[in-house]
Amino acid sequence: MVAVRPRRLLWRLEEVVEVVPETPRTKSLVLDVLGWEGHKAGQHVDVWLTAPDGYQAQRSYSIGSAPEDGRLMVTVDRLEEGEVSPYLTDVLEVGDRLELRGPIGGYFTWEEGDGGPLLLVGGGSGVVPLMAMIRHRAAVGSGVPARLLYSSRSYEEIIYRKELENLAARGGSLEVIDTLTRSKPEGWSGYHTRIDAQMLKEVAWPPNESPLDFVCGPTPLVEAVGTALVDLGHDPARVKTERFGATGG
Amino acid sequence: MSEGFISRGFGGRRRQSDDRLPPGQYLVDGFPVLSAGPTPHTPLEEWDFSIVGEVDDPKRWTWEEFRQLPSEEITKDIHCETKWSKLDTMWEGVLVDTLLEGVETAAEYVTAFCDGDYTTNLPLEDVTGGKVWVAYAYEGEPLEPIHGGPARLLVPHLYFWKSAKWVRGLQLTSYDIPGFWESLGYHNYGDPWREQRYWGD
Amino acid sequence: MDELRLDGNAAAGTLGEVFSFEVTTAEYACGGCGRTGRLGGAMVYEVRELGVVVRCPSCDNALIRVAHNRGRYLVDLRGTRYLTTG
Repeated sequence: MVAVRPRRLLWRLEEVVEVVPETPRTKSLVLDVLGWEGHKAGQHVDVWLTAPDGYQAQRSYSIGSAPEDGRLMVTVDRLEEGEVSPYLTDVLEVGDRLELRGPIGGYFTWEEGDGGPLLLVGGGSGVVPLMAMIRHRAAVGSGVPARLLYSSRSYEEIIYRKELENLAARGGSLEVIDTLTRSKPEGWSGYHTRIDAQMLKEVAWPPNESPLDFVCGPTPLVEAVGTALVDLGHDPARVKTERFGATGG
Repeated sequence: MSEGFISRGFGGRRRQSDDRLPPGQYLVDGFPVLSAGPTPHTPLEEWDFSIVGEVDDPKRWTWEEFRQLPSEEITKDIHCETKWSKLDTMWEGVLVDTLLEGVETAAEYVTAFCDGDYTTNLPLEDVTGGKVWVAYAYEGEPLEPIHGGPARLLVPHLYFWKSAKWVRGLQLTSYDIPGFWESLGYHNYGDPWREQRYWGD
Repeated sequence: MDELRLDGNAAAGTLGEVFSFEVTTAEYACGGCGRTGRLGGAMVYEVRELGVVVRCPSCDNALIRVAHNRGRYLVDLRGTRYLTTG
């Protein structure tokens, strides 16, 4: 099914109405969008910044809110050497305006009607579009079985940690499996390495269940996971990837 | 974009100006990598450089033969159309004049062709007269693949998209054939001092 | 591994300014190797401030090249045999 939009994508100015710290390095920005026509889980927006001398920088950020939330929320990971993300996390305040366009992307999206079972694999801020899918799934009360395999550097850096714990605890066939790659808290009994073929073998749905896989995060993770899933027998047409690139914001 | 909108408090990457810079340029730290396609990794045993097209005798050098040619150290400013510049960059390479020695041609233009599908076009007189090199080293080290290694064209007097990465030869032509960016709205010649960025500039 | 390439979605913003249909779900046939697929699954090279190149994941042929400068768009579709929305 191909979406046909009646008009082209246009840039618009939107106001920041809320800033929500998620982890030490990430913040969610809630934007007040008049005439926002809604979005699909998995889509992103492009953000455009202009300096006083006319210099401009553009980056893409995934939408973390579910379509049912009725609002536009993006989650930004602050990259140390970044040009745009430190501005969005350190300087931008409620009341400031952001130039953006979107929602964008119809390929890396999931809605309840697309079925499953769902395997969502994310690294760092790659979890953001996957969270939109999880929130959508919860909002519509979907029974599609879903597993999130989420790689973070440490426990404190698990974005949306509390909400994920709550959703998984509801017993509605959502499983959240974390792996911590740099440091783990005392007593941690979960995975503590980078996602690899062996971990995927243990976590992924068997190919004969015809799962839908979404993989998002830094390019090396996405390439490794995408390849491993296909090697495990997953249909390449049902493994959707969104690389965040080696250089970021 | 929205006319006149400024993002409050946004500065962007450090941008320094300098008297030596052409209009609209700023100095940058590091060496940005811009690539329109995958980085080729041609093994040196398979690499060659050719002069082809409207010439009586096409020429070809293997890597070993190429490295035997007289070469020189080059120190030049470079200017990318995306506004960053670097001053006094140091390279090592072979003058295109050397490669064209003894080449008889009525051609007036040159197309540089490369591993991958990148091409760029120049007037023949712009690649001669000591202005252009085929460079294989940067800052004393072999040119890295992401920066165009094993060898790239080095055309400091024009915008840096003319300095084609992964160059494998020059095709001499009677007609000017717009290259990869020149056929997509970018200026056919590209003189940074006249800010020739786009068609019609 | 090529760290610079992105997924088809990365071109969706720029292409969305030119086409009125959702580009990432459109199907292409590669003019190089004949492979068909959805543009969302193709590879994208974003040459910041110069343009965007969408390449066939099988043969790297440039399916679509787009630049946006001086207030105009330039689109080269020669690398596709066709693009279809349905």
